[in-house]
Amino acid sequence: MAYESPDFFALDELLTEEERMVRDSVRDWVEERVLPDISDHYLAGTFPMELIAEMAELGLLGAGIDGYDCPGLGPVAYGLILQELERGDSGIRSFVSVQGSLVMWPIHAFGSEEQKQRWLPAMHRGEAIGCFGLTEPDHGSDPGGMETKAKKTDNGYVLNGAKMWITNGSMSDVALVWAKLDGRVHGFLVEKGTPGFTQQQMKHKYSLRASDTSELILQDVEVPADAIFPGVSGLKGPLNCLTQARSGIAWGAAGAAMACYDEARRYVAERVQFGRPLAGRQLVQAKLAEMLSEITKMQLMNLRLGRLKEAGKMTPQQVSMAKRNACWHALQIARTCRDMLGANGITGEYQVMRHMCNLESVITYEGTHDIHTLILGHKITGVEAFR
Amino acid sequence: MDIIVCMKRVPDSAAKITVAGDAKSIEQDGVDHVISPYDEIAVEKALQLKEAHGGTVTVVCLGVAAATKEIRQALAMGADQAVHLKDAGGNRGPLEIAQALAGVIKGRACDLLLFGKQSIDADNGAVGVMVARLLDLPVVSLVAQLDVADGRATVHRQSEVGTEVIEVTLPAAFTVQRGLAEPRYPKIKGIMQAKKKPLEEIDAPAPAGTMALDKLEPPAAREGGRIVGEGKDAVGELVRLLSQEAKVLS
Repeated sequence: MAYESPDFFALDELLTEEERMVRDSVRDWVEERVLPDISDHYLAGTFPMELIAEMAELGLLGAGIDGYDCPGLGPVAYGLILQELERGDSGIRSFVSVQGSLVMWPIHAFGSEEQKQRWLPAMHRGEAIGCFGLTEPDHGSDPGGMETKAKKTDNGYVLNGAKMWITNGSMSDVALVWAKLDGRVHGFLVEKGTPGFTQQQMKHKYSLRASDTSELILQDVEVPADAIFPGVSGLKGPLNCLTQARSGIAWGAAGAAMACYDEARRYVAERVQFGRPLAGRQLVQAKLAEMLSEITKMQLMNLRLGRLKEAGKMTPQQVSMAKRNACWHALQIARTCRDMLGANGITGEYQVMRHMCNLESVITYEGTHDIHTLILGHKITGVEAFR
Repeated sequence: MDIIVCMKRVPDSAAKITVAGDAKSIEQDGVDHVISPYDEIAVEKALQLKEAHGGTVTVVCLGVAAATKEIRQALAMGADQAVHLKDAGGNRGPLEIAQALAGVIKGRACDLLLFGKQSIDADNGAVGVMVARLLDLPVVSLVAQLDVADGRATVHRQSEVGTEVIEVTLPAAFTVQRGLAEPRYPKIKGIMQAKKKPLEEIDAPAPAGTMALDKLEPPAAREGGRIVGEGKDAVGELVRLLSQEAKVLS
C-alpha cells in the first residue's frame, strides 16, 4: 500500500508546482530506493553508501546553493526534500543536511573563491563528502568553550584538538573544523589523509545507526594558509551554519512523524482485537487525532518558516521554535505509534521503532530541546539563562 | 533525431477508485494523477535515444487543463518541448483520440513516434497503431527493445507467443511495453528548467459525439475464499472443485 502523506489543512495548495514536483520526485525515490533496505542497514550499523551517487544524480546535495553548478532551489522545496528523506530515515536526511547546510553552505558563505571552486561542484556531484567539526567531547551545548586550537606557522596553521559526534566524519573527504586562533573561532578545511588527522567511527549507538557518526582527532595537523575561511571569525560562523541546518531539521522531523503516523493509522485499521479493528476504539482515535493535529501544526510552522526564509526575514529564534517543536512532537508521535503497534512495533518489519530511536538524536543534536527553550526564553524576556 | 512521444494523464494505480454520483465518471477528489506508466517508459526511451544520438524530444498530450502537471513532469524528466491538446470534456473513442493526435503531429519533424502499449485507465491498446495508420507510418506494437542505427530501427516485439525481431525504416511508430526502459526520477535541475520549456497549448477539436459513455460500474466484489479441508484429506475435494466448479483441471 502506497504511503498517504497527511495533509489535513491542504497545504499542498500553498506550494508551487515546482515545490510539489521536487517533493514527489524525492518521495518516489525514498519509497523505491531507501525504504526497502534501510532496516537492514540500520541493524548492521551501516550507511547506505550506494545511495550517495543517486542522491547526487537527483541534485539533492547542496540543492539550495546558487551557482557553482548547484541548482539554487528555494527554501520550501529544500525543506520538502529533507522532509521526504527523513520519512525514510533520519540518517539519510542527516547526511544531506550536513553536506548541504553545514559544509557547502558555509563554504559558499564564508569561503574563498578558490575554496568554492574546488569544493562546491564536486560536493554537489557527490564526488566529495564533507563533515562539520564543531562539537567536542567536553563541549556540546557550549561550543564557545572549545579546546581545539590553531596556531599560525610560516606555511599556514597547525591544528590540535578533538571533535566528537561528527556526522559523515569517517567517510568525509573534507572536514570543516572550527578552532580557536588567538582566542577567536575560525573555520579550517582539513582534508582526509592530512598527517596527524584521524577520522574514527563511533560504534555502539542505539540511535542513527544508519549514519556515520565519528570522532575527529587532530594532532599537530599542518594545513596550508589557504585552508582558513577568510570570510568569518567568531562563534557567529558556526552558529549561522546551525541556523541553516536547524531549519532543515524541523522539516525532517515532520517527515519522520508523518511516516510513523501513516504506519500506525494503517495498522490500527487492520489489526483486529476483541472482534473489531483497533481503529474503532476511542483510545486509539484520541491518539490519532492528537498526532494529526501536531503534524499539521509542524507542517504549518515549517511552511511559514520557509516562506520567511525566502523573503530573507527568518530569525534564528523562529528556527529554534520550529526545530524544538517539531523534534519534541515527532518524538512523542514516534513513541505513541510504537505503542499503538504493540509487540509488532519493536520489530524491523515496521518503521516506528527505528524512527523513535533516531529522533532521540534529532532532538539532541544541533541544539538540544532545553537549549532551544533557553534561546526562546532569552528572546521573550531579554534575559539570558545559559550562564 | 526528432522523437515525438504521446502521453496520457491517468489516475495513479495506487489511488482508490470510486464511481462518482453521475455513474459516468470516477470520483476525482483525493485521486492523484500520473503519466500512464507505459507512456512514461516511452518518454524515458525517447530521452535515452536523444542522449545517445542527439535530437529533440517532444511530448504530445490530449488531456484536461490539469494535465499540465503530467506534461511538466515529462519536461522535468528531460523532454525539450510539449504540445498540450486541451480537452474541454466529452467522450472520445480511440479513433477520435487518434485523429486528434495525428492532427497535431502531422507536419512536425518526427523520426520516431512513441506510445505506451496502452493507457492504464481505458486499456484499449488502440490509439498508437491508429495514429500510425492515419499518418501512414509503419508501426510495431508491444516493443520491449529498440535500437536505432543508420535510419533504421531494430526492435523486439514481445507477445505471449514469443519474441519477433523486426527491422523498420524510419520514420516509424512504436508502442512500447515494460522492460524497454526504467523511467528516471526527475532531477532538481530538470524540474527547475521544466517551467521555462516551450509548452504549446491547442484546443482539441470538440468530440463528434459518436460514442457515449452510458454507465460506469465498479467490478463486483470478490467472494471470500473457502477452506475445503486440511492436509491429505482435502486433496480429493480440491481436485473435484478445481475440475468441476472452477474448470481449471480436466
